Amino acid sequence: MKFVGKRLLQLIPILLAITFLSFAMMRIAGSDAVEEMYTARGTVVSDEVMQEKREELGLDRSFMVQYGSWLLGILHGDMGKSYVSGKDVFGSFLSKLPATLLLAAFSLGLTVLISIPIGILAAVRQGRLTDKILRASSFLGNAMPGFFVAMVLMQILGLKLKLFPVISTGVNLRSAVLPGLTLSISMTAKYLRQVRAAVLEELNKDYIRGLKARGISNRVILWKNVMRSASLSIITLLALSAGSLLGGTAIIESIFMWDGVGKLAVDAISMRDYPMILAYVMWMAIIFVLVNLATDIIYHFMDPRIRLGEEEEG
Amino acid sequence: MMTGKYRKKSSVKGRLLVFGSLALLLIFIAIFGQFFLPYDPYQQNLSNTKAEPSPAHIFGTDRFGRDMFSRVILGARTSILSTLLLVSIIMILGTAIGLLAGWYGKWLDSLLMRISDFFLAFPGLVFALAVAAVLGGGVFNAVIALSFIGWPKYARLARSGTLAQKKALYLDAARLSGDSTGKIFLSHILPNIAGPIVVTAILDIGTMLMEIAGLSFLGLGAKPPVPEWGSMMSESRNLLTTAPFVTLAPGFAIVLTVTVFNLFGDALRDYLDPSGR
Repeated sequence: MKFVGKRLLQLIPILLAITFLSFAMMRIAGSDAVEEMYTARGTVVSDEVMQEKREELGLDRSFMVQYGSWLLGILHGDMGKSYVSGKDVFGSFLSKLPATLLLAAFSLGLTVLISIPIGILAAVRQGRLTDKILRASSFLGNAMPGFFVAMVLMQILGLKLKLFPVISTGVNLRSAVLPGLTLSISMTAKYLRQVRAAVLEELNKDYIRGLKARGISNRVILWKNVMRSASLSIITLLALSAGSLLGGTAIIESIFMWDGVGKLAVDAISMRDYPMILAYVMWMAIIFVLVNLATDIIYHFMDPRIRLGEEEEG
Repeated sequence: MMTGKYRKKSSVKGRLLVFGSLALLLIFIAIFGQFFLPYDPYQQNLSNTKAEPSPAHIFGTDRFGRDMFSRVILGARTSILSTLLLVSIIMILGTAIGLLAGWYGKWLDSLLMRISDFFLAFPGLVFALAVAAVLGGGVFNAVIALSFIGWPKYARLARSGTLAQKKALYLDAARLSGDSTGKIFLSHILPNIAGPIVVTAILDIGTMLMEIAGLSFLGLGAKPPVPEWGSMMSESRNLLTTAPFVTLAPGFAIVLTVTVFNLFGDALRDYLDPSGR
């Protein structure tokens, strides 16, 4: 576990690089945050008030001083105040986090429930019509942007059949169904081929032939043996997609008005609420490093031949 | 055995021809479609708003009575041409970086590859969102934002291709006969590594089209009234109850275009490398 510590230490330069880059970009952007803020609020104020506000937010200081004080603030959980709402960034960000985690977990679960049976079906019917239809749908699914899937689901399940709320009514499971389904349809389309391949690989192993020779029925082999061993690799695959899922929820969250960090980020971007955007960028960077770390650890346990930390091939 | 293989090859060729022509047709529509529009895509007609699809208006009309079919066709120009621009940029940039890294090796290689690792692993759309937010709206800015995250794939491909070619004897011969490094890059290495790079680029067209549409959907790409498929869908979101065809028509155009380019890319990959898959 020394390795884990080392990797967590590597998090620091990555976070520094990312925040510095984002900080610099927002500085270069040239738009005056204070001016934007008052325009967003729809109030006209004098230059002196703006200058005062700039001083209050520390925007009149030099770039490095601003960056430095922002970094120092993070060390004790202070990421500044939102330009738009005036509230504490760290606090508002944390308060939206559970919603995003719930949505991500929900759609991951849904993806497992949808993609494993479908993948097994496609593998068992390899080359037959069912397989072809399933693979064609996955191809088509890959050609659909998330917001299109979202609109179609809204139209059919939300408006026509009135099964689920189109706009989220708060952080609850009923409202999570449509955004969750949207995300898991895209993920299923993406991973169906891999699930099918994993099941096929398992089906072609010698022990399966042995079981068949001993007269064990296909159904038992499929649901007991194949399912168990194939689902391990499939779940690994899905767990690793959790990172991109957490990052990919932004558009879907804002379509369904799901009150999570993705929507928060999209709103912050359109309002140019820089401290909030920085918080989201930090969050993404942390996820990115943690997911990479998890990948390495999972592979380490699945295949001990991979020696962590020693193998450094370019 | 032989005939079976032969037939397989010819069917791949058939697919390549069919999907290649369809892809070309889409590009043709994107460039010249604006001259063959049935209606003026900006012409409002408030007496005929949200009309259901009919022979006169195949996709119906939007809330200003503008003909949706004309708008979707005009949208092809923004969506497809900006995607082609984006894919060309990342392909050329990435290939150049990969070539340099593979050829010169050492610290340049490690530096360039660490940078590409970073962009490869970081969730792309988030970064693009941040860049687009900083640059402000506009299709061109969306293209720049997505260029940041698109190139590393090509750099990896070009680098490993270059490494494989670097040891080849014919390159020693070329060097001995006095070819400059530039000539070695362009007329020796590049033709040999181009195949997989071009296939990746064509398969990337679909993904990138969806990402540009996604940014536009969030208001960070194309700006109305210029029709772009993503922003058209976002603009007509609240018509989903009353006139779903207005919202969904540009979406179907996206799905169709992405499918055609993906099938074309798959066919090209199978044609160039029949042993793969």
